[in-house]
Amino acid sequence: MSIDPAPANPTPREGETGTLVEVRGICLSFGATEVLSDAGLTVREGEVVTLVGPNGAGKTTLIRVLLGLLRPDSGTVWLRPGLSIGYVPQSLSVDPVLPLSVRRFLELPRRPRPGGIERALAEVGAGHTLDLPLQTLSGGETRRVLLARALLREPDLLVLDEPVQGVDLTGQAELYGLIGRIRHERGLGVLLVSHDLHLVMAATDEVICLNHHVCCAGRPEMVSRHPEYIALFGPAIAQSFAIYAHAHDHEHDAAGRVIAVPGPEEAGDNGEGGGGDG
Amino acid sequence: MDDFLIRALAAGFGVAIVAGPMGSFVVWRRLAFFGETLAHSALLGVALGLVLHFSATLGIIAVALLIGVLLVIGEGQGGRGRPGLPTDTLLGILAHTALAAGLVALALLDPVRVDLMAYLFGDILAVGTADILWIYGTGAVALGVLMAIWRPLLAITIDAELARVEGVKVRAVRLVFVVLMALVISVSLKIVGIVLITSLLVIPAAAARRFARTPEQMAVGAALIGCAAVALGMAGSFHWDTPSGPSIVLGAALIFAVVSLWPTRRPRRRARGSGKISRSG
Repeated sequence: MSIDPAPANPTPREGETGTLVEVRGICLSFGATEVLSDAGLTVREGEVVTLVGPNGAGKTTLIRVLLGLLRPDSGTVWLRPGLSIGYVPQSLSVDPVLPLSVRRFLELPRRPRPGGIERALAEVGAGHTLDLPLQTLSGGETRRVLLARALLREPDLLVLDEPVQGVDLTGQAELYGLIGRIRHERGLGVLLVSHDLHLVMAATDEVICLNHHVCCAGRPEMVSRHPEYIALFGPAIAQSFAIYAHAHDHEHDAAGRVIAVPGPEEAGDNGEGGGGDG
Repeated sequence: MDDFLIRALAAGFGVAIVAGPMGSFVVWRRLAFFGETLAHSALLGVALGLVLHFSATLGIIAVALLIGVLLVIGEGQGGRGRPGLPTDTLLGILAHTALAAGLVALALLDPVRVDLMAYLFGDILAVGTADILWIYGTGAVALGVLMAIWRPLLAITIDAELARVEGVKVRAVRLVFVVLMALVISVSLKIVGIVLITSLLVIPAAAARRFARTPEQMAVGAALIGCAAVALGMAGSFHWDTPSGPSIVLGAALIFAVVSLWPTRRPRRRARGSGKISRSG
């Protein structure tokens, strides 16, 4: 059996039960800059999918397309009918001129059921912030409050954009632990955007390595040995997993453009040498 | 007290009560320059009213609406590969072009019939009963609509994209808010005029921030401070025979200054031990 190293076109799964969201063939350019080229992803029920890639790789752009905030030039976004998405944005900056407590923030845009706010804050371990002004929260507390707001929507799918950015190392591990626990307790699908794979490895079912297009995708232990992943993140990060190697069909230059590498047999489009038998 | 003074106070209070909550959103959403642009377009509206033979107020509302809606639509188009100018630069161009065009249009049309100074600086002592009815009618509608869109508008103010993902119709709510701005500005013109109108929106809200713990407290506080500014300005205007519009703005500025210097204890967070790091024990 072989593992597809670069599934540019994921097989259609719209008929398959359990698929929450399927994004396919997304191309998007800002002016002359092509940000996404034939990118896609699928998240199924109870599954954690992590989107990794360097800065400017288009991770957030792909998320924004999925959320309906950006219209792609081409490609399709399929959401399960009635899907409820809880979105945790990369950052939240509320001007100090707006007096707003955490409680009031969680009452937006609609007032939740009585007791819902307290329960959601307790679930994310931020009960003590209830009456604090939003602007006084630390980075970690802000993430937890944003997570609580997402959970108040009773989501089927959690979308988290760089959920630990600006949080210290201890806090990062705690946050990932929290996300993993919520996923198990609620059985929801999770789509994460992250710079660093090694922190999320244990809790991730599928990793998608994005650099304008999907470079490689699969189970985390496979992806972390993928030469493209090592090329993107450097050997230091990939070191602990660097056992597995195989031929691949392209490389990237410093600007992230694809450079074709003539393979041993005229570099097939995919499936080339992908034996995951390490 | 004379009738015209009572009418002036009634009109001023009516405007201040609506301007408080609206002004809070202007401050929160950093729309001061946007409000200024709408106000500066008012003279074009007066000219339009003259040309088409309907009232100046209708002309003002029509032009303000047109510009406001265009700006909201333009905002929606922004960002996609457009080497854009900063929003405040665009608004600056638009605001003063509109003001200049209004002045030129009025000079060409009928320099005699239009009391330019009344439009530029307001003429609160000239308000009649019909004006007061118009102010309170429009104000009641504006406040009612603002209350109806309060939560979604607040959500957009904090994070428009998060609100949109959560199902808020961002574009629609923004358009409704712009319509409200146009209405409020058109009725406030009588009081302080085109040049000073933004101050009536911004200064009371800024002063109310000091004591507010919730958005609603700030909105109500701004309305009350606005009323106090009107009373203060009218008293000063009456006492020293100064122009009423600028006196009201000075009253608001005085309140803001006093409030800013007022010593308040900032609500401080209790320091919580960051015991997470310690591994000892």
